[in-house]
Amino acid sequence: MKLSEPEVRRVAELANLALGDDEIGRMAHDLDEILTYIDKLNELDTTGIEPMAQVLYDAGETATLREDRERATLGNAAAVANAPLAGSGYFKVPKVFER
Amino acid sequence: MTLYSIDSIRAGLLAKQFTAAQLAIEAIAHGEAHNAKTNAFLTFSPERALAAALEVDKRIAMGEDPGALAGVPIAIKDVIVTKGLRTTCGSRLLEKYVPPYDATAITRIEAAGGVIIGKTNCDEFAMGSSNENSAFGPVRNPVALDRVPGGSSGGSAAAVAQGTAVLALGSDTGGSIRQPASFCGVTGVTPTYGRVSRYGLTAFASSLDHIGPFARSVADAAKLLGVIAGRDEMDATSAFAPVPDYGAALDGNVRGLKIGVPKEYFDGLESETGDLVMRAVEVLKELGCEVREIQMPHTPYAIATYYIIATAEASSNLARYDGVRYTSRAAAAGTLTDMYRVTRGEGFGAECKRRIMLGTYVLSAGYYDAYYLKAQRVRSLVARDYTLAFEEVDAIVAPVSPFPAFKLGEKVDDPVAMYLSDIFTITGSLAGVPCMSVPCGSTREGLPVGLQILTRHFDEVTMFRVADAYEKASN
Repeated sequence: MKLSEPEVRRVAELANLALGDDEIGRMAHDLDEILTYIDKLNELDTTGIEPMAQVLYDAGETATLREDRERATLGNAAAVANAPLAGSGYFKVPKVFER
Repeated sequence: MTLYSIDSIRAGLLAKQFTAAQLAIEAIAHGEAHNAKTNAFLTFSPERALAAALEVDKRIAMGEDPGALAGVPIAIKDVIVTKGLRTTCGSRLLEKYVPPYDATAITRIEAAGGVIIGKTNCDEFAMGSSNENSAFGPVRNPVALDRVPGGSSGGSAAAVAQGTAVLALGSDTGGSIRQPASFCGVTGVTPTYGRVSRYGLTAFASSLDHIGPFARSVADAAKLLGVIAGRDEMDATSAFAPVPDYGAALDGNVRGLKIGVPKEYFDGLESETGDLVMRAVEVLKELGCEVREIQMPHTPYAIATYYIIATAEASSNLARYDGVRYTSRAAAAGTLTDMYRVTRGEGFGAECKRRIMLGTYVLSAGYYDAYYLKAQRVRSLVARDYTLAFEEVDAIVAPVSPFPAFKLGEKVDDPVAMYLSDIFTITGSLAGVPCMSVPCGSTREGLPVGLQILTRHFDEVTMFRVADAYEKASN
């Protein structure tokens, strides 16, 4: 196994994802299968190959700076309208610090 | 309902045979009637459709130009945000999410007189190849109701195939427009990366995400792309390249065009799909194209590359669904961290969880170089295959999927097998080149098969020219 159940729990913690015990087992199995398949990439020597983070193409020079002008914003009411819990124009969340 | 085209609607409106309002009402009634069978739509938008249609009718009555998409009923994949109109992304988490703004593609469609009739079903956050990952039930293929429509834009493909919408928007990250188009027997286009603004497209994998059209003809798909393409200052990755008149390119003349057929794509494809695609290649030869075999040696590495890059980006993009801003929050959460974890654990479906986990793992300390950086380097090699191929040929043709629409439930328990079915669409996505699926016949069972056409960055003109010439010759 490339990924033990404790490791799966650790990754779930990093991802802020609560997984049930049955899900952990299934996830370990699935991730193992996928990571084994992915090992295929090691057949390739990529020494000196640039990593590609974005699609690259030839393009003319462009004016990427836009004019600095005032624009209407979304507005506070619209911004918090989808919040599960809001108050006084803010998103409300459970307490972060215990006193 | 009559199978309208953009042109036939325009002609009908100008000749006063029908009004845009009548058409909008008819289209929504058609969609509602079909939804019990195909489940293509998650939400209908009768008020918004009627308001847009009445505006078109008013412009026509005043003798004004009603716009390039005047009165055309259009369905929108539910990952593209619409102001005041529920946008679920196929997820329980966003079941009640009502966006406060419109995507740029939506604004442009409505400015051109297009009539948005509803939001279409899709795999949750566009993650899937069968539409079975929707929290709101799978879509059924209108051609064969026991089969999947493909994914992730299955609802958009079905809405066009069943005759409800004349056009639809989908999104494509690794094949999510082309594959459902091929499964449902319609045309689907993934334009060059950056050709259409992603502003308002819910992010899955930002370096791979595209918005693109579905239509029943190449000409209609080209027209819709012409409306939505072009620089948008709200998306820094949207391209400055001018948008040509795609319709003008559809002159049927492909004589002398050099077409490449990648050897790697046909190895082992001894099936009806392979035969139908090769028959389409013969048609292109008869039209005067010069067909030659080319090599795309890094094709076998594309899926592994894609499932590292796409999941890594997804794990970051989906971090925002944490119970703070987007409607859903786990009721039981006592602490902030618990709220994040339980909200996400309850809200995401199995496939999203799998991809978030994989993406988090490949980005985590100690694995970044081995997985993510390695995949980015291999992505360069896959893209280089295209650069080299396009030094020899003007267009590449290939299958879209190794097989036609499969039965619901057939592959749902085997994620790797499902991932492997994306083999023919993923290389184009990684390279960011324009690619599309155009119908090229049906199997003996009557299941549609798609021909994939790929061209150089921003050369949608050649892609449409080849597709249109093939479409005309095969009809």
